[in-house]
Amino acid sequence: MDNFTVGVVVFPGSNCDRDVSWALEGCLDIRTKYLWHESSDLSDVDAIVLPGGFSYGDYLRCGAIARFSPLINALYEFVKSGKRVLGICNGFQILTESGFLPGALVANKNLNFICDDVELDIVSTKGGWFNNADEKQIIKLPIAHGEGRYHCDSDTLKKLVDNELIALRYKNNPNGSSFDIAGITNEKGNVLGLMPHPERACDEIIGGTDGLFTLKSLILK
Amino acid sequence: MDQFAVKVFVRLRPSVLDPAGEATKSASIKLGGEGIKSLRIGKMIEVKIEGNGENEVREKIDLLCDRLFANTVIEDYEYSLEKL
Repeated sequence: MDNFTVGVVVFPGSNCDRDVSWALEGCLDIRTKYLWHESSDLSDVDAIVLPGGFSYGDYLRCGAIARFSPLINALYEFVKSGKRVLGICNGFQILTESGFLPGALVANKNLNFICDDVELDIVSTKGGWFNNADEKQIIKLPIAHGEGRYHCDSDTLKKLVDNELIALRYKNNPNGSSFDIAGITNEKGNVLGLMPHPERACDEIIGGTDGLFTLKSLILK
Repeated sequence: MDQFAVKVFVRLRPSVLDPAGEATKSASIKLGGEGIKSLRIGKMIEVKIEGNGENEVREKIDLLCDRLFANTVIEDYEYSLEKL
């Protein structure tokens, strides 16, 4: 993928933008470009990552203000065209607030900010975001969030299950998420939102490489 | 143009667990607040807004509540409006 470029969106308060860029460039040799949230020109990027952090200081609700940035407005067309969008942690919160993905992320059940490695079941193959070629279909990724409890009503949950939109489920639910949900995709499969951080699991030296597959899959058409 | 003072109340829907409310309830009981059956925490947003009459202002506030102040997946809202 010679010229394939992943846009990494930077909001005021994003703090995983550089980690994502490091993982893509340094570990996978995929070109990246930082996109300031005020920009609405997405013509020279082929996929987009909404990284983790605390956009707009999590004011009002996590992701609630970021949703109104020019870049997110431009994202509707980008997603419609079938290009891939990955929202990690705060990026997942932004994707639910903007309606790209159903449900919402609310305060962890025990109120703790949880910083840990968690085991996750790969549930769906939709979008090709995860490698479920082997039998165990379990990966380990770090989480770091205070508001990661996925919530949706029972109708939405049924739709998620029936349409195989649940990508990842926690083995041991750390935050009280409905149905142990850690990540979901849209119906087309080109948008994935997840609370765990794949970019923090891209090198053995920092504890694992289970995140590589997901980041690499950004280059899928 | 009329000016209105609006107070918007945003509350987690009853079906959504409110861990901050639960923690505060527990502290309230430790302080001696026996008899507290339920405690839930919401937000109140005060807005001063100009418009041509109450109906126009209500339309604007409805939009703001629905699209920004509350996330209706998890929250309900209501507001009171006072002409200044």
